[in-house]
Amino acid sequence: MSSEERTPVAFSVAKADDPHMQPKAQNPKLAETLIGLVMLAGIGSLIGFAVAYGMNAQSWIMGGTLGAGVLFLGFGITAWGKYLMPQGPFVEERHTMRGNDDERERFKAAVVQRGGGILGRRKLLAMIAGAGMSAFAVVLVIPVFRSFGPLPGNTLNQTSWKQGTILVDSTGRPIRVNDIAVGGVVTVYPKGLENTDNGQAVDQTILIRVGTEAVVTQQGRESWGPNGYVAYSKLCTHLGCPVGLYEQQLELLVCPCHQSMFTVTNGAEPIFGPAPRPLPQLPLFVGSDGLLRAQGGYDQAVGPGFWNRETSG
Amino acid sequence: MAEKTKQQAKSSFGPVGKALDELDDRLGIAKGGRSLLDKIFPDHWSFMLGEVALYSFVILIGTGIFLTLFYVPSSTVVVYHGSYLPLVGQKVSQAYATSIDLTFSVRCGLLMRQMHHWACDIFLAAMVVHMARVFFTGAFRKPRELNYVLGSTLLILGIVEGFLGYSLPDDLVSGTGIRIAFSIIESIPVIGSYIAFFVFGGNYPGPQIIPRFFIIHVLLIPLIMLGMVTAHLFLLVHQKHTQFPGKGRTETNVVGTAMFPVFAAKATGFLFMVGGVITLLAGFAQINPIWQFGPYDASKISYAVQPDWYMGWLDGALRIWPAWEWTGFGYTWPLEIFIPGVVVPGLIFAVVQGWPVLERRYTKDNEIHNLLDLPRNRPKRTAAGAAVFALVTMMFIASSTDVIANYFHITLEAVLWSMRILVVVVPIITFFLTHKICQELQASQGAGKRKRANVVTRTPDGEYLSAPAEPRPGDEHVDLEPEPVPDFLEDPVVVRERKELLSPVSFTGVRNVVR
Repeated sequence: MSSEERTPVAFSVAKADDPHMQPKAQNPKLAETLIGLVMLAGIGSLIGFAVAYGMNAQSWIMGGTLGAGVLFLGFGITAWGKYLMPQGPFVEERHTMRGNDDERERFKAAVVQRGGGILGRRKLLAMIAGAGMSAFAVVLVIPVFRSFGPLPGNTLNQTSWKQGTILVDSTGRPIRVNDIAVGGVVTVYPKGLENTDNGQAVDQTILIRVGTEAVVTQQGRESWGPNGYVAYSKLCTHLGCPVGLYEQQLELLVCPCHQSMFTVTNGAEPIFGPAPRPLPQLPLFVGSDGLLRAQGGYDQAVGPGFWNRETSG
Repeated sequence: MAEKTKQQAKSSFGPVGKALDELDDRLGIAKGGRSLLDKIFPDHWSFMLGEVALYSFVILIGTGIFLTLFYVPSSTVVVYHGSYLPLVGQKVSQAYATSIDLTFSVRCGLLMRQMHHWACDIFLAAMVVHMARVFFTGAFRKPRELNYVLGSTLLILGIVEGFLGYSLPDDLVSGTGIRIAFSIIESIPVIGSYIAFFVFGGNYPGPQIIPRFFIIHVLLIPLIMLGMVTAHLFLLVHQKHTQFPGKGRTETNVVGTAMFPVFAAKATGFLFMVGGVITLLAGFAQINPIWQFGPYDASKISYAVQPDWYMGWLDGALRIWPAWEWTGFGYTWPLEIFIPGVVVPGLIFAVVQGWPVLERRYTKDNEIHNLLDLPRNRPKRTAAGAAVFALVTMMFIASSTDVIANYFHITLEAVLWSMRILVVVVPIITFFLTHKICQELQASQGAGKRKRANVVTRTPDGEYLSAPAEPRPGDEHVDLEPEPVPDFLEDPVVVRERKELLSPVSFTGVRNVVR
């Protein structure tokens, strides 16, 4: 459309002295100067950032210059909008969300009557199509989820500890019967698994020497603690954090996550905190070679509770 | 109209006008474009909170893209040979090694990482405060229930997204958090271990976590959030903003400043300001120093490490819940995890998200509401909201029982039992206290407004007379009657020289114009 054909437009014009068009600042000249200076400071700071970046300056210098630059610039622009631009107040009408009655009736008719009527004419087809959609959803969801991971099976009830497994520390060094002084504590793993995810996450066991004689932590565990050694699963029975703190004088194991406390000489019974069960104890023996070994696996699942947790195995 | 000026005769408004004509020929933008430029934004400081969230989200995306260019999401063990000397020669995961490298070897890397982390903390805080504003002023009422649900879902997604991101560097502390998440999922009756295995790709930790969490963190959830943010903003524009009652403001109009150029300038500047503050924080305030924590090893742990603030309330619940594991029907019911880890947060979010429906069922109010409530005028709602905040705050404080015990030299047991009691008692007290305060505020005339002094004079006869004092400058502020946005100014240059037409400058520096 060329300008000759244009019909004249009736513009609404604000008079220059219209109070709606006035800035908020009491002294626009001063405000303008200040805002200009603030924005200039921002630009200066941004240049400073470019220099700092070029010199590979320390992080706080780069962050300081960039942050100050952006902040000053933003402050200037906002202040311009807030103090020097017309503040109104202006008004606009809301159109209601609701359509008029006629529109609503026609819309509902199209959905319910026309659509529903046409679909309802073939009820059997509609049911089959619905069944198809449901089947698709089920078929889609199940294999997708199934591909995401193996079934748990009995995995959570098992560790790698077996009869005769040698206890090693995090560097892979086997623990000899005289290696640890009374009061000493070390995290041990099944030999060969000390650097694996599973060894660290599941099999991790805390070995404590509480004396020199055999330690009996509970009835039926007479042979489990030779030469003053006791070994417990290091996985907290609350949420599976490593029970990493040993209070030597009180002979307590403490979980740093939620402060569950377990008595070392009493079968790791929880005496405080949210842990519901004792830490499972690993039965030990001293081999003929003088190395500490496991008599077998744990007698129950290690770590936090879950649905099909086994208590003896 | 008589105002047929030179400007209008030329009327193409120069090259910009020409360009807009061409665009309108093709896209038909003139009508919608003009009404968008005229869109009115009501002015209130609390409407800025959502903007903080939006702008930190923008910064999160920007800094996040930067980080993905250097980070390698892999659990493969490598020997570290980077520029951070204390780690050289150690076996670490590739994820951890590249996180350290992008921190120390990439120029600006540390700054970008810290910006990302700070922006996340601010994003979530801003969402919480924004939601509080919407809740306490009743902005969620019809017709905006859907937008409220969108927004509160964004908060939940934000928490999940933050947790996943915090896990990616594979440092000692992040791994402990994932371990706890695994245990929480595992605690769900019947299907828990299945879900845990599907989410983690096997037993904890397995090689899948890092690459899987990475793609969820950088693609899946951000995409969903971006879509929801867009929908949130679209609904905001479509339904128009709510406003507080005031002069000329009704249920059927919006009063404030125009989108262009005034609100646009303020918003652009504010985006920069939010970015500036986040950058300054990232420059000066260290956050998540993963190089100090060391690489993850499932059998190691650090002491007194707290999660990011938005996870604290969940951790607090787990901490104070009694050890209620129950074995029955041949199965284990880890209620000491399931209730505080799944049921409690689930209930809190259900109440928060379902509030518009609950309130409508209670008040039987099916009207359209565009004018906001003052919180004091809705004592029950305000009290309920305050109680939920009190509950979550108490849970948050409970996540520091060990630190509190250490710091104040009280026994852990005393702190634990105090928190167990406070977490129940404080929200109840808060509810009734807030309810009472709201009622008192309603009853007191002119609460929140500046009081006019009384001048007492004594006549020569000894008679005392009392009269209101002269108003202080600024008290006589009278709002203008709102008008539609004009098409253009008569002569914009004149504005600054017409000072004499204006009323005297007020005490507070705000010009008062009395019409």
